Amino acid sequence: METLAFVVVAALAMVSALALILKKNPIHGALFLVVNLGCVAVLYLMLGAEFLAAAQVIVYAGAIMVLFVFAIMVLIPGKDETGSDPRRSTRLLALPIGALLFVQLAVILVTRRRGPPVAPVGGGVESLGRLLFTDYLFPFELTSVVLLAAMVGVLVLARRRPS
Amino acid sequence: MIPETWYTGLSAVLFSIGVIGVVIRRNPLVIFMSIELMLNAANLALVAFGRRYGSAEGQVLVFFVMAVAAAEVAVGLAIIVAIFRVRRRLSVDDLSLMRW
Repeated sequence: METLAFVVVAALAMVSALALILKKNPIHGALFLVVNLGCVAVLYLMLGAEFLAAAQVIVYAGAIMVLFVFAIMVLIPGKDETGSDPRRSTRLLALPIGALLFVQLAVILVTRRRGPPVAPVGGGVESLGRLLFTDYLFPFELTSVVLLAAMVGVLVLARRRPS
Repeated sequence: MIPETWYTGLSAVLFSIGVIGVVIRRNPLVIFMSIELMLNAANLALVAFGRRYGSAEGQVLVFFVMAVAAAEVAVGLAIIVAIFRVRRRLSVDDLSLMRW
């Protein structure tokens, strides 16, 4: 049963990822990316990471994708990619190179040395929160500085300059 | 219990698709979304490895990746909007100069 669920969700994730890079219209691509992020959230649940599944839906599929769709609608792109591609032959080299990358990753995953299996720690959210506020307290505080810097940077970048 | 290799294999597939998307597309917004795809593939691998070794540290790392990704998307989209305001075009082939 669990295997069947994994196969269905994994297939959906791969199909939506392919549709993201193959669809001409960026809005369709953005909606397929939402499907993909949802599939990854389901996989997080199956891996026992409940907090991350919720954060994935709220932060990625919610906030980040709304930002993307908003930007796409503001910029009205899509016209640039309808014409013929002057560098088509060069760009198609990406397919063999991407396939080569996948083969390399697969070889690494298959041949890496495995330690003995460890019993999983119980309580996904509890152990995550405990780690976050003890061992990783300093990085956790630093992320707030990163977010503040990003906010100020966006305000500076998006400001209309008097010309 | 599904073996972690399945999750990491799916993560490798998604990462490769993201790399191909970054190279073959000309729209910077779609390139950006492909980068998000790669970040997600890496996150999935981190969670899978975390379960393999029975620690929640992989999940902590994913948490930080999500926070940085949110900041990165906001800054990146602001840069794209600023470029579009000046150039009125949105193809990465036109953006070969770092000034305008």
